[in-house]
Amino acid sequence: MSEPTENYLNAGYGLKSWLLTTDHKRIALLYLISITLLFFVGGALAGLIRVNLLTPQGLLVGAETYNRLFTMHGLIMIFFFLIPSIPAVLGNFLVPMMIGARDLAFPRLNLLSWYLFVGGSLLAIVSAVTGGVDTGWTFYTPYSTTYSNSHVLPMAAGIFITGFSSILTGLNFIVTIHTMRAPGLTWFRLPLFLWSLYATSIIFILGTPVIAITLALVGLERIFGVGIFNPGLGGDPVLFQHLFWFYSHPAVYVMILPAMGVVSEIIPCFARKRIFGYSFVAFSSVAIAVLGFLVWGHHLFVSGQSIYAGMVFSFLSFLVAIPSAIKVFNWTATLYKGSIAFDTPMLYAFGFIGLFTIGGLTGLFVASLAVDVHVHDTYFVVAHFHYIMVGGAVMGYLGGIHYWWPKISGRLYPEAWARLSAVVIFLGFNLTFFPQFLLGYLGMPRRYHAYPPEFQVLHVMSTAGSTILGFGYLMPLVYLLWSLKYGALAGSNPWGATGLEWRTPSPPPTEDFEHTPVVAEEAYAYSGEEAEQHV
Amino acid sequence: MMLPNLPLFPERASTIGAGVDHLYFFLLAVAAFFATLIFTLIFVFAIKYRRRPAWNKAQPIHGSLPLEMLWTAIPLALSMVMFFWGAGLYFEHARAPRGAAEIYVVGKQWMWKLQHPEGRREINELHVPAGRPFKIILASEDVIHSFYVPAFRLKQDAVPGRYTSLWFEANKAGKYHLFCAQYCGTNHALMAGWVYVMEPVEYERWLSGGTGSETMAMAGEKLFENLGCANCHHPDGSGRGPSQVGLFGSKVVLAGAPPVIADEAYIRESILNPAAKVVAGYQPIMPTFQGQISEEGLLQIIAYIKSLGRDGKSGTGQ
Repeated sequence: MSEPTENYLNAGYGLKSWLLTTDHKRIALLYLISITLLFFVGGALAGLIRVNLLTPQGLLVGAETYNRLFTMHGLIMIFFFLIPSIPAVLGNFLVPMMIGARDLAFPRLNLLSWYLFVGGSLLAIVSAVTGGVDTGWTFYTPYSTTYSNSHVLPMAAGIFITGFSSILTGLNFIVTIHTMRAPGLTWFRLPLFLWSLYATSIIFILGTPVIAITLALVGLERIFGVGIFNPGLGGDPVLFQHLFWFYSHPAVYVMILPAMGVVSEIIPCFARKRIFGYSFVAFSSVAIAVLGFLVWGHHLFVSGQSIYAGMVFSFLSFLVAIPSAIKVFNWTATLYKGSIAFDTPMLYAFGFIGLFTIGGLTGLFVASLAVDVHVHDTYFVVAHFHYIMVGGAVMGYLGGIHYWWPKISGRLYPEAWARLSAVVIFLGFNLTFFPQFLLGYLGMPRRYHAYPPEFQVLHVMSTAGSTILGFGYLMPLVYLLWSLKYGALAGSNPWGATGLEWRTPSPPPTEDFEHTPVVAEEAYAYSGEEAEQHV
Repeated sequence: MMLPNLPLFPERASTIGAGVDHLYFFLLAVAAFFATLIFTLIFVFAIKYRRRPAWNKAQPIHGSLPLEMLWTAIPLALSMVMFFWGAGLYFEHARAPRGAAEIYVVGKQWMWKLQHPEGRREINELHVPAGRPFKIILASEDVIHSFYVPAFRLKQDAVPGRYTSLWFEANKAGKYHLFCAQYCGTNHALMAGWVYVMEPVEYERWLSGGTGSETMAMAGEKLFENLGCANCHHPDGSGRGPSQVGLFGSKVVLAGAPPVIADEAYIRESILNPAAKVVAGYQPIMPTFQGQISEEGLLQIIAYIKSLGRDGKSGTGQ
């Protein structure tokens, strides 16, 4: 395979050719650069949090600074990294390529969504640099509306604006998947990654307006004293929690569904097998998106919410666990009698399953009313959602980056280093967050800058793990950048994968495909012969 | 189980703690089983079917409906067991047993202020005897706090503008952490204290050790006089406002609205926002006391009204 002469990367070199591009692949890279920067900012904040917790009285900073650290960590990681991560980077790059289209349905809207994201991020950074926010990422009222002296408004405005970038991306994906599929690409031949992004897009469109309105109401109460949430003004503080979690619980599925989609691509490729139970995996994504809207009240079990409401929300929360379980079983069954290779993306996919399984199973603990009363707002919850959102979503994201990097960049990364990074991240992650389950059941509340001395040993273990985890995350940054210049040429299909994106050169030409491909078979039509070729 | 400085399991000191822990162990067992099952299968498949010259043909297996049914039904059944178990305990824990003594707790940035009905006040400390049920009635002066005693396996938010409650019966003497679990601002982590569970005899001694404090109901009665409530609310109902005797827990007939039960929230609202619910047969002439009475004052008046009898029956007063 010779160096492709004309592709989307060398189609133009000026800054303008990037900042005014409507090419979905270039926009994906703009997102990749932006969210990578924000990921490392959020990660550095996490590092400071962990260092501070080495001693019971706090090693580095006092309460005020600590509260800003965990607030900014949560806000940046959730709204400015995890929510956009897979959809905006891999989704933007792959949705048109996987369906044999030349771009998304609305390319200029796509560029606008990146500018909205950057605008929102800048406001968040302004809020951080001018002193930060100390409300926790959850903005609970009336603290956030009346009592906090921190920069709530620019941050809320940043999230409000960034929300529109999510909505536009969701809209673009839904329209594109409906209207632009290549001839022969029926719904049940779609790669599962697209099913998961479709489900994610539904949440983007239906859920994001609610958080935008909620934050607007916080702003109204903060600026004009309109009594919505503050009981002193005639408002109801618990109303905020209902509105906030109506979006923010589905937002967890925005983070995990695309990662599940990535894993559903990687496993068939490296097991050389069709996915087990295609339609069950596909519909479980939709089930998660729909049921995910009905469980917000499980964040309010100790808030004074009616006990009957608590029971309904607990029941629905157990139901939403079932589609996740179905996915895990199907991925596992896909391995049976496969021809399994241990390339880096597969190691990340294994890591994803391991960590997501633990995160999902501990979700049963917090869905269970009487146990949640004890572990609510403790490190148990912190550990649980990090297993889902970092162990699950970030593992999936990195797995996807490694899987499609040869397509995106046209280069191969050093395989040994990449495999090592997957192992280091997996081990570091477990050492960081497993002790936090123990801390949580012991009763250590979250968001404490200081803590009773008997919790110190577990905190030190967690901090040690986070150091390893940090190194693990830096490794791909280094070798992926290195590979851009020194990596071997990838060729159009280094993994021997099925899927339309692998039928075009790497990096792809600006128009994605020279000729519109025609699809004549199901997704993941791996045959034994291909396996032989790739031994 | 325990290393000197590495506790792995929390102390347990309430009657409901064992029930919660047993459910937790069940959840742990189920989680451990499924995690082990999945990890073992992945490990075995990954080794057995690894790609190599002798095994390079993946078998074309597309799925299996019976298997899908099986691994939908089993997790569903297990999760329903978890749901009913957890919801059952939650329901049981929601209602305080009759006759539970009431302790009033006000959260504010960043301390817990507690008052026993007998009058003794505490800050960031709670003394209770083992073997007697207590109901904690929670209020907040500012933001949301959460009253959390890990050893009791209990937690309840204190929400400004309303009352919430929890109850417990301690069953093991000792000193246990009291935390604020809901982030409430700068010194959230310092809004912590201790619960002292004492032997009953010791508790009586402690209770009488307070210096000349009046009971909550007595303090409430004073407030009732000083704020001028008694000018209109005569005990025999002859005043311009309804009588408070036997009010607590009774059904109140309202003008132009369905009747309500007179609980803490009703009394609080009637003091702060009297026009919201006007008793049938009376004029909406009572002024608001918003800003003139503290959260603790409100609780004292509530204690006083409770002392005047419940459910329509007149009480002993003080």
